[in-house]
Amino acid sequence: MDQKAFDSNVLIDQEEVLRPKMVTVEIAGKKYEVPEGITVIKALWYSGQEVIHGVGCLGGYCGACATYYRTKDDPKVRTCLACSTAVEDGMSFSMMAPFPARKATYQMAELKDPKQDLFNLYPEAPMCRNCNACTEACPQGIDVRDGVWKAVFGDFKSVSEMFMDCVMCGLCTPVCIADIAPNLVALYASRAQGAHFMEKPKRLQERIGEIEQGHYTKEWDRILGMNDQELKDVCAAIK
Amino acid sequence: MQLLALQELVHKTRDTRRAQTLPKFPANERDTLIKKYHPDHRESAYRPIKFGPNAGDMTVRELAALLEGESPVPADLDLTPAYTVDVLVVGGGGAGCAAALHAHAHGAKVMLATKLRLGDSNTVMAQGGIQIAITNEDSPVQHFLDTLKGGHMKNDHLLLKTMVEEGPSIAKWLLDLGVLFDRDADGNLHVKKGGGSSKPRLLTCSDYTGLEIMRVLKDEVLNQKIQLLEFSAAVELLSDEQGRCSGAVLQDLDNKRFLPVAAKTVILATGGIGRLHIQGFPTSNHFGATGDALPMSYRLGAKLLQIDTFQYHPTGAVYPEQLVGALVTEGIRSEGGHLVNAKGERFVNELDTRDVVSSSIIRECEEGRGVRTATGRLGVWLDTPLLDVESGPGTLEKHFPAMVRQYKRYGLDITKDPVLIYPTLHYQNGGVQIDVHGESGVPNLFVAGEASGGLHGRNRLMGNSLLDLMVYGKRAGTATATRAQSMSHGRLTLDHLRRFRDEARKHGASLETHSPMLFPDYVRKEA
Repeated sequence: MDQKAFDSNVLIDQEEVLRPKMVTVEIAGKKYEVPEGITVIKALWYSGQEVIHGVGCLGGYCGACATYYRTKDDPKVRTCLACSTAVEDGMSFSMMAPFPARKATYQMAELKDPKQDLFNLYPEAPMCRNCNACTEACPQGIDVRDGVWKAVFGDFKSVSEMFMDCVMCGLCTPVCIADIAPNLVALYASRAQGAHFMEKPKRLQERIGEIEQGHYTKEWDRILGMNDQELKDVCAAIK
Repeated sequence: MQLLALQELVHKTRDTRRAQTLPKFPANERDTLIKKYHPDHRESAYRPIKFGPNAGDMTVRELAALLEGESPVPADLDLTPAYTVDVLVVGGGGAGCAAALHAHAHGAKVMLATKLRLGDSNTVMAQGGIQIAITNEDSPVQHFLDTLKGGHMKNDHLLLKTMVEEGPSIAKWLLDLGVLFDRDADGNLHVKKGGGSSKPRLLTCSDYTGLEIMRVLKDEVLNQKIQLLEFSAAVELLSDEQGRCSGAVLQDLDNKRFLPVAAKTVILATGGIGRLHIQGFPTSNHFGATGDALPMSYRLGAKLLQIDTFQYHPTGAVYPEQLVGALVTEGIRSEGGHLVNAKGERFVNELDTRDVVSSSIIRECEEGRGVRTATGRLGVWLDTPLLDVESGPGTLEKHFPAMVRQYKRYGLDITKDPVLIYPTLHYQNGGVQIDVHGESGVPNLFVAGEASGGLHGRNRLMGNSLLDLMVYGKRAGTATATRAQSMSHGRLTLDHLRRFRDEARKHGASLETHSPMLFPDYVRKEA
């Protein structure tokens, strides 16, 4: 960030915490005064609401706190994770209710042709009508629409890379006019990529063999046969 | 000095610092440092536990109150089971999912109950990786010794040996499920070096290792159609006439009803205690990290181990205010990030163990070499731009996308400017004493993951928690499923609770604290 932006950040921070500036937000239709700059989830707590559905890791990883919001005078309803979005004056928001998306079930190891099986498990996947609403809804900035097409065309490798950031919040699902659950399609494709299309790491297999064949037994006997002081000396010598 | 000027000093001193090599603390100096500055040694924060299996042992006041706390379950609760299963798994994080999957795979009828959603846990946030010794230069024995050294020689040898030896087969299990670990050009698993480890052995999925593992395990629990109860918290265990565990009482958090579950065995995989905010520390933990297994198993008579020692992760965010307590992954130090005080100096080998690094950060701040933010918080710098300087532009963005994103949300660019950090409450080193199958001192009560104790000694090494979850989740799941084949359900009673309440009354314990806590109370009461 540039210096000017940083300066203003420091100043804002000082104002906020020493003498918190209050802003008005609207939560599910009701207005509340809350300190500016706190996260959406903290604004809910501040306004006296107990939240259990919709709180998870509080760190932006678990996707529990999918939220719709709108800023002052802007008609556009946006999406965010409530644990990692700061409130501002005039903001209105509601947490997303759980959405009953259909998850296909599968035995990953038994799939014979995972790229073809996609069409049996998620027959709606190729019905994407390119509206791009899923991409706009993603709080992680993933090109979701492109990911769905890549999955359909069998490019599971790209899907797995694009969706590594996916927190499974599901915000892409209710907006889909073709009833696709893009995050679930991507999860299937990513898992299939890992389970079926990646090389088996040779070194790992060798190590498993070494352990099974008792390759380390002698060394274990030596180490576990030591008294506390001897063991301490061995550990102290580790660089 | 202004924050900005202090930050400028980090940029100015970068080249000088790059030329420096800082030695790790020698053993005796290390102990002195920890005794003086580590929060585990702040005596006023501790008190003895009044009664029960650990009577007289010292622990932090917040936890002692919960252990002596009152159960929410009335003595005359109707215990007609709402569900009858072989194995009841409590907790929907890494350990719980691993336990449920392995018990299911071994033919048991499994129920997984969690007070939040499946996967809402600390596991999902793990950024650093999973330690597994797979390279030619490394071995399970070396992994054992590094962990023992990191744990101050207080680790349970058998638990630890079992964990490190089963590591490689766990990696294979995860790969077969489709977990995408980072690879080298030759197809082998890529390894990184973690703090306190003598060899590179961290397997990673960029800085989303926990998220990737959790996504896959969650999906697999659903694929296997394991019976799942979300927003259903375990609040009490059940015992038979011999004091063995025979089930649990769940509470449906939506309608507050109690649901007794008859289970041949129970596996508690409820995670750690960060949300108790011990000693007022902020925490990196998820919303439900309130240590529920500890009071529940304690009331049933299980012995706890090393509950006087906690891990304060060296690098919790201090600025901006919205991120306070959130973790800045250790991976950044693994890849060469420096810790820098207000004078622009390094003060510790960044790859020393977490307790040493945390203690030295607290020392810098207490001795006046910390940086004070506008909100009055103290911290030191973590020189993040250094990674791009050392390994080329784009390194941070490529290796730590989650970190870059976390700060970007608040308008901060960690590829350009260093971040302020201070230790954050991260991990419960001890927990319920278990054997090598995850069984506690109470027959048929198993504990897996962070809720259990003994394996990590008095300080856990980075990357050992994910491995612990997978290995002991698997072992508990396998052992309970096997046992279920040759036993019948026990009687369902609350006899242990009656005994516990008698004891509590005798010792004048406060009946005001209820446990398990389930959630921290952050709701503002009065406008």
